Amino acid sequence: MIPLPITDATLTTALGVGLPAHLQALQAQRCGLRPCDFEDVDLPGWIGRVDGLEEVVLPEQLRAYDCRNNRLAWLALQQDGFLAAVQAARARWGAHRVAVLLGTSTSGILETEHAYRRRDTGGALPPDFRYANTHSTASLARFVAEALAITGPSWVVSTACSSSAKVFGDAQRLVEAGWVDAAVVGGVDSLCLTTLYGFHSLQLFAADICRPWDAQRAGVSLGEGAAFALLQREPAAGQSPLAQLLGVGESSDAHHMSAPHPEGALAAAAMRQALAGAGLAPAQIDYINLHGTGTPSNDAAEDQAVQSVFGRELPCSSTKGATGHTLGAAGGVEAVISMLALRHGLMPGGLNVRERDPALGIHYLQANRTQPLRHVLTNSFGFGGSNASLVLGAA
Amino acid sequence: MSQALELSVLGVGLVGPGLPSWDEAQPVLRGEAPYVPAPSLVPPPQRLPTAERRRAGAAVKIALSVADAACSDSGRDPSNLATVFTSSSGDGANCHALCETLAHPPGPDRLVSPTRFTNSVHNAAAGYWHIAVGSHHASTSVCAYDDSFAAGLIAALVQLPGLAAPVLLVASDTPYPEPLHATRPLPDTMGVGLVLAGAGAPGARARLRARLLPVAEAGAATPCHDAALEALRVRIPAARALPLLEAIARRRPARVVLPGSPQLALAIELEFAP
Repeated sequence: MIPLPITDATLTTALGVGLPAHLQALQAQRCGLRPCDFEDVDLPGWIGRVDGLEEVVLPEQLRAYDCRNNRLAWLALQQDGFLAAVQAARARWGAHRVAVLLGTSTSGILETEHAYRRRDTGGALPPDFRYANTHSTASLARFVAEALAITGPSWVVSTACSSSAKVFGDAQRLVEAGWVDAAVVGGVDSLCLTTLYGFHSLQLFAADICRPWDAQRAGVSLGEGAAFALLQREPAAGQSPLAQLLGVGESSDAHHMSAPHPEGALAAAAMRQALAGAGLAPAQIDYINLHGTGTPSNDAAEDQAVQSVFGRELPCSSTKGATGHTLGAAGGVEAVISMLALRHGLMPGGLNVRERDPALGIHYLQANRTQPLRHVLTNSFGFGGSNASLVLGAA
Repeated sequence: MSQALELSVLGVGLVGPGLPSWDEAQPVLRGEAPYVPAPSLVPPPQRLPTAERRRAGAAVKIALSVADAACSDSGRDPSNLATVFTSSSGDGANCHALCETLAHPPGPDRLVSPTRFTNSVHNAAAGYWHIAVGSHHASTSVCAYDDSFAAGLIAALVQLPGLAAPVLLVASDTPYPEPLHATRPLPDTMGVGLVLAGAGAPGARARLRARLLPVAEAGAATPCHDAALEALRVRIPAARALPLLEAIARRRPARVVLPGSPQLALAIELEFAP
């Protein structure tokens, strides 16, 4: 595929608000997780919560979209000059030539969970409940498109935890088809009872903190996050992009709804496809940001998949020990972390490892490593056997 | 003005209220037989393994039913196809059950079923389909509220230039039970499956040239010829496909405008081999 410049990006997670906060947190190997204190949730576990969302106020004309997920999106959009960058892209290409393609798994479902507690005696939802603006999976893309005054093609990809990696593929294809010149991509997912109790029901929400590649790892810590990136056919004159999108790989396990293929065969296929798209050999990748959820089966499958493509020497790590698993936002969050890695030559060490699992064979970094990076691959795998890998290159 | 993408429609699947199958619906879509209102009847998904069939809800069943029908109509092996699933809502009954459980105070009554949680993901239908047919190809699941069909169609057809094999597009919606139904009143279940390939694919039922245009250039959305079908089109997001299906059933050159958003539309010209 033709390399697509990523001119701008922004990121908000439990590690902080904006790119500088994330760079500092990663450099300091800071963990953003805390024991679960979300609403009245009575489950043991750790969460990556974004502080201050309760106080975010949407502008008057967007108030109908008010919900935790869209507040998180709004907070993130204000950072790193992202709004101004989109405004410039809109002026440059035309509002209808810019796409908005975003991933989320649960959108504003928290509003519906709250509304169900406020049903009247006849069982009706309260009159202030707004399905299309909050609950609908599409709400996120509608909100962001409206907030950015963009009128190009717009949709939400919702393939569970690969959602906001796959939007990079949609953007690349729309640009290559000549149907848009730029795209705002990314993902936003926010804490809600559906995912906390849902992952608990599957025994995947661990009481212990998330420990990818640890021998005693027991499951995920759920996080929330918002990541946005602006992809443009070409950077503006004199502008140096943040990174380049070089390759996208997508595949389906066709194995099980909520468990990965044990050998990660189709995850490996997604990685190979991303490499082929980028025109790179495995040895040309400098670092992998793993999906690395910290569940016993996911890490084992990904370890095998990475080994089958890259062998055992390539430095890899998961940043979910720092951010928690941000689900539909994870692909976007980790793509932007990969851009930071490229920009600053930083391979972030994975957190919370006490005893490295001797059954896992890849070169899993526990300490930060600094060196110039040319190419980074990032993995995102989701329920339903949905696999996505991105190859990003230095600008 | 965007450039045109050319594609072929290789197969169609359809289940909706008063539209039991593509074969039975074609005379209605051609205006040769009257539309007779009837609730949607979704055939059980034969392809699903028993365990998955037991777990699958209404949203999965309608999607798999029209996916299967479209593949059969195209004569293509579904294990070779990439897929795009699009739905405005996912599984409404499952969502309602989860929200009811989660409305309980903390404690044992709030614990949800793992199957319900697994089925709550928007890509549940896609996951079950790929398991059922053993397709390892790429799959995506999109949502654009009332514009979900057009979004899925755009997502599918921009894939075609890079693929050797066709893409299966599945658009489906199921109604919510109350109380969500009152806030999102979808009248019935409906599904549309289309097997799409690049220009010049052999065995095409129709050849399409699609452009993405600002509404002002594309013109107004094409209504259905039949008033009863038009009533479905405006009430069920998957039924936004009906003007396209009418044109395919009529086998005459036509131009169809599908709304893609309040500001954007897909303008599609259809041609048929003699």
